[in-house]
Amino acid sequence: MASPSENTQSGLMAKAVKEGIFAGAIAFGMFLLYVGIETYQDIDNRLVWRTRWGLLAIFVLVAAVGRFLTVGFIKPHIDRRKLAKAKSGVLEISEDKGFFHKHFLKIALIALLLYPIGSVMLFGPQGSLKYVDNFGIQILIYVMLAWGLNIVVGLAGLLDLGYVAFYAVGAYSYALLSANFGLSFWILLPLAGILAAMWGIILGFPVLRLRGDYLAIVTLAFGEIIRLVLINWTDVTQGTFGISGIAKASVFGIWSFDVGSPNYFPRAMGLATSSAWYKIFLFYVILALCLVTAYVTIRLRRMPIGRAWEALREDEIACRSLGINTVATKLTAFATGAMFGGFAGSFFATRQGFVSPESFVFLESAVILAIVVLGGMGSLTGIAIAAVVMVGGTELLREMEFLKLIFGPDFTPELYRMLLFGLAMIIVMLFKPRGFVGSREPTAFLRERKAVSGSFTKEGHG
Amino acid sequence: MDYFIQQLINGLTLGSIYGLVAIGYTMVYGIIGMINFAHGDIFMLGGFAALIIFLILTSFFAGIPVALLLLLMLVVGMLMTGLWNWTIERVAYRPLRGSFRLAPLITAIGMSIVLSNFIQVTQGPRNKPIPQLVTDVYHLGEISISLKQILIVVITSVLLFAFWYIVNKTPLGRAQRATEQDRKMAALLGVDVDRTISITFVMGAALAAVAGGMYLMYYGVASFNDGFIPGVKAFTAAVLGGIGSLPGAVLGGLMIGLIESLWSAYFTIAYKDVATFAILAFVLIFKPTGILGRPEVEKV
Repeated sequence: MASPSENTQSGLMAKAVKEGIFAGAIAFGMFLLYVGIETYQDIDNRLVWRTRWGLLAIFVLVAAVGRFLTVGFIKPHIDRRKLAKAKSGVLEISEDKGFFHKHFLKIALIALLLYPIGSVMLFGPQGSLKYVDNFGIQILIYVMLAWGLNIVVGLAGLLDLGYVAFYAVGAYSYALLSANFGLSFWILLPLAGILAAMWGIILGFPVLRLRGDYLAIVTLAFGEIIRLVLINWTDVTQGTFGISGIAKASVFGIWSFDVGSPNYFPRAMGLATSSAWYKIFLFYVILALCLVTAYVTIRLRRMPIGRAWEALREDEIACRSLGINTVATKLTAFATGAMFGGFAGSFFATRQGFVSPESFVFLESAVILAIVVLGGMGSLTGIAIAAVVMVGGTELLREMEFLKLIFGPDFTPELYRMLLFGLAMIIVMLFKPRGFVGSREPTAFLRERKAVSGSFTKEGHG
Repeated sequence: MDYFIQQLINGLTLGSIYGLVAIGYTMVYGIIGMINFAHGDIFMLGGFAALIIFLILTSFFAGIPVALLLLLMLVVGMLMTGLWNWTIERVAYRPLRGSFRLAPLITAIGMSIVLSNFIQVTQGPRNKPIPQLVTDVYHLGEISISLKQILIVVITSVLLFAFWYIVNKTPLGRAQRATEQDRKMAALLGVDVDRTISITFVMGAALAAVAGGMYLMYYGVASFNDGFIPGVKAFTAAVLGGIGSLPGAVLGGLMIGLIESLWSAYFTIAYKDVATFAILAFVLIFKPTGILGRPEVEKV
């Protein structure tokens, strides 16, 4: 395709300059109104505008220079590397793995178990709060949610855009039942899971005939319906005010984390009074819940039902011809996925102590689905890595106080959190459309398990 | 009865806006089979372009005629969003064409997040009110029709006719229909598929921009998260009418608009979105291809 003259260095440069100028012109057109002009309300509350040519110039320059560098330097470099790789003839997935790669799961698990202890030792109980709660628990909740959704999307291949509905069902089940009946977390956790699973069946049943994008839009609609009902059914859910003062979880009913109670856990253990111990306890609870999810997923994949899910994902018609009951298969996938969403929801409620419909917007569903797909659908390790990168990365932005020194005191990194999250979603997808884990290990195999490149399967891990 | 007709008129107005946005969804779905999730935010960008042009023009030319002002607002919005959607398709969707099914959907969702947050960051999170542009109201007995409602319906009809003409009577439209039916065969027969798809995105964006500008004119306020709910409703409209079918998108839009306004009038306004979504679910369960959609043929 490339003519000989373009292969020469000067031809390449000319092309890069041309593309750079073109990109700059496009960027100028795109950002002229939205960046070049700022609208704001003046003292009389009237909408007025002012220009921001400097900022516009930066945007245009970044686009032009970025395009120039990409065409002129980065792309030829990548092409050369690809060519060299193809010439050397090494397969992309090699069988011999390094020590770290081989024992990755064990290392990760040990690191997770030691994580709260380490952060307490390094930063003291109060200082560890940030690391255990904002990073540890937050990421693990998303890992759990993504693993739950993975059963529906990654294994059964049913595109669900309303997963957050089950999360909401779990959270509100715990909040309402504990407030009205005084039941403990350990009774309500399974109950929330069961209730969410029931909702999974209720919502799953009518949409079984739908496939692909139709299924996606109906699940999105169901997610929105549940959120709107939570907002509007004020007698029960208190609407947008939400439910606050949700009971804390106890250590299996033996010790409590309420400072006033006689069997206050840190006192019983001889520790200083701090809310950090509760967060550390919660960290281990969500870690255990995640491990249960992973274990169940791995076991289910080896059972007939799990194989039926994966078969359904690859070819529904073939499944039906082979006598697989597609209705039951889809419903179990929906219910199982929803159940884990419910578990995560009730955990979320007890961790926050407050639930409101604001936490269950469509964006959450999108984030969870993005984690599943970015991780390489079906791969538990990949999804966990994706959750760490995407959620941890955006949480990290909250911590970047030093950016204020560069951009001035008015700069709030949180504002850019979702913007960067969206950009990261696009960039990861463009460069690794099969997700972080690109290879697939089959569940069922003859004699020897061989990993194949993701592009050989329709979608998913198996 | 008067009350009913009044609600019918309101619903028709709203439905026209949804219909215009729905066409963008349905065209993109028809031609490359992806849900362009960012389309609702393109609608929002169109509204913002109109808002900014309105502010600039009214501050420079105080006595500008309303008709000219409105025309410029809509035209600049169309150019703006056309450029945006062209770039978005080029950058985020084209490299993933032929990749697995969920990849472009994820970039589209990412793009939607990026666009709404981009506007939030650059234009601020507050609602942006503008003064009423068109204030005339006509009375027919108990029924009142405002000029802006008439304008919305007329502009929509004109655009739909122009659009119908392009798709059915021009070489470009023929290329679009050919690409929709069989992309590979169309390419073999000399249709520039990439260009056709780009133009489809630009056309969809232009219609959404007009809808965004009219939405701004109708409600008098713009906000960075205006894209989501109208976007989902327009997509609902596209699915309701049968995704991939252009008359279906318009019909679906009108139905969603009517359902919404009639439900708000006779039942509770709080649950109007629930009603829309519930009806979507019912239609899909009993007629999964939508009202005017062609049944999908399953091939092994």
